[in-house]
Amino acid sequence: MSEHITEIVVFTLLFLLVSAMGFVAAKWRAPKDMAHLDEWGLGGRSFGGWVTWFLVGGDLYTAYTFVAVPALIFGAGAAGFFAVPYTVVIYPLFFLILIRLWSVSHRHGFVTPADFVRTRFDSPLLALLIAITGIVATMPYIALQLVGIEAVLKTMGVTGDSVLARHAPIIVAFAILAAYTYQSGLRAPALIAFVKDTLIYIVIIVAVLYLPYKLGGWGSIFDDASAKFAASPNPGDGITLNANNQIQYITLALGSALALFLYPHSITGVLASKNRNVIKRNMSALPAYSFLLGLIALLGFMAISAGVKPLPGAKEGSLDTNTVVPLLFDQQFPSWFAGVAFAAIGIGALVPAAIMSIAAANLFTRNIYKEYFRKDATHAQEASVAKIASLVVKVGAVAFIIFLDPQFSIDLQLIGGVIILQTAPAVALGLYTRWLHRGGLIGGWIAGMGLGFWMLYQIPNAATGRAHFGGSAFPLTKFGFDTPKTIYVGFVAVAVNLLVAVIVTLILRAMKTPEGVDGTEADDYFADEGDPRLEKARTTPDEITSST
Amino acid sequence: MSSPRSDRSPWNWLLIVPIVLPLLTPLYNFDSPRLWGFPAFYWLQFAFILVGVATTSIVYQMTRRPREAVKSEAATDE
Repeated sequence: MSEHITEIVVFTLLFLLVSAMGFVAAKWRAPKDMAHLDEWGLGGRSFGGWVTWFLVGGDLYTAYTFVAVPALIFGAGAAGFFAVPYTVVIYPLFFLILIRLWSVSHRHGFVTPADFVRTRFDSPLLALLIAITGIVATMPYIALQLVGIEAVLKTMGVTGDSVLARHAPIIVAFAILAAYTYQSGLRAPALIAFVKDTLIYIVIIVAVLYLPYKLGGWGSIFDDASAKFAASPNPGDGITLNANNQIQYITLALGSALALFLYPHSITGVLASKNRNVIKRNMSALPAYSFLLGLIALLGFMAISAGVKPLPGAKEGSLDTNTVVPLLFDQQFPSWFAGVAFAAIGIGALVPAAIMSIAAANLFTRNIYKEYFRKDATHAQEASVAKIASLVVKVGAVAFIIFLDPQFSIDLQLIGGVIILQTAPAVALGLYTRWLHRGGLIGGWIAGMGLGFWMLYQIPNAATGRAHFGGSAFPLTKFGFDTPKTIYVGFVAVAVNLLVAVIVTLILRAMKTPEGVDGTEADDYFADEGDPRLEKARTTPDEITSST
Repeated sequence: MSSPRSDRSPWNWLLIVPIVLPLLTPLYNFDSPRLWGFPAFYWLQFAFILVGVATTSIVYQMTRRPREAVKSEAATDE
């Protein structure tokens, strides 16, 4: 630990700086009255181009991305690079779909995707399913942010032998995070995101200029990686894809992109912007982060070239590949700069963790508390319930890490991606058409969930030797196809979900089952800032959301 | 209200390009030609990011409504 003292000091100072910013953020662009869910949970729906860029960017590119994507590249090569096409595909999809969600939410005062589904399909049950899916998928995602911080702490040697000593730094970090999120709401991560991204951009620009120079150029980095994969017994690795994992690569990139914009936290980031132009303009500015992500991913190859050996994992004999990037920085950079890099990853965990806990709290407040416990809750009551819910969510995430193997959160996140995709027919298609029957959407959700879980259960993990929930690549042989190819589970599950939704819709329509009343009108999907109908909707949102 | 507003525009079709192009692995799954040491698989995918930026920028510019138009439209809605 003593040889890491400079790193620890730099890390701690930067961490304290952003914590102070988190508390001050409550006063930043704040209205007279914070006791309203729009203010605490959506930053007053007032963010312009720059803030949205940092907020959504800070939200989508998490500490876990910075640690796990290079780790995947380190272990498997080209297959881990799916993160780049995935982040290219996201933005045009956002552009076409989320822009409508922003308009209809702005018009009706929706805070969550489940609010929208509730009004669009007139079904509290469907909205409840969407809300629960969102909360369940978000929890392990927050826990993964802790895995990111833990990888850094481990590299700095800040670990103890007892359970408490090992986790004390994370508990302290999360207590601070919980306190300023409670006070400042979405304004805290929005403000901290500026610092986080500045640090990350500096670190990565230095890394991609300096490291290849030290390691003999990009050509030799790729050649070293290629040599390592040629020598390994695993048939799936290499610096390009092979014949068997291309479908997996494509479906994983597309499926992850669809899943990402359904995650409650991405929707929260988008709903907080002030008008349609801000969102559209950001869809061409945000890919700057995709460049960054691609370069970060390649750190995995640099680690191979630099001969990094991952630290041991939680279990005897296992390796924690999440430590490869921190180790690379630790070995190749002067210690003060390694400290800056570690702070970038650590703070990189706080921004998304804060937004995710706010998004989960919004879902709980609007779609469970208000719907089932207190129909007449005032705005102030909503805001205070959401604040408390955000604390509970964070305590839950810390408990995940302390009491369970971190590997378990990674598995849960894998499941999270598959289950959040099952909300696509109701949320994404619902923005374009109301053709699907609410009963059909519920049927499709059940079928997609069931199939998704069954498929994930069938996949063994080659690395740890466990028989189930070992990955997202489903071998097509299990469907009876005579091929070694694999496909992304979520993609198949959502296709079946949609098919079942269509069939059930046709049946219910033939039986003339009531479809409920659509609480939105065609024009709502194009509403923009300054729409004369907004003021009415914003001052009496209770009337609109309780259309039973 | 006058005519119903809409965000439909033929320019939106351009967004199909950045959605489909990065998913066509047979187009770019090669080691050579290398560029600054990067295998084709990597530098082509970095290039697709630029395609994404270019197409979303074009569509944004072609479909944006100037603030004045938004305001006057809002006024006629009354």
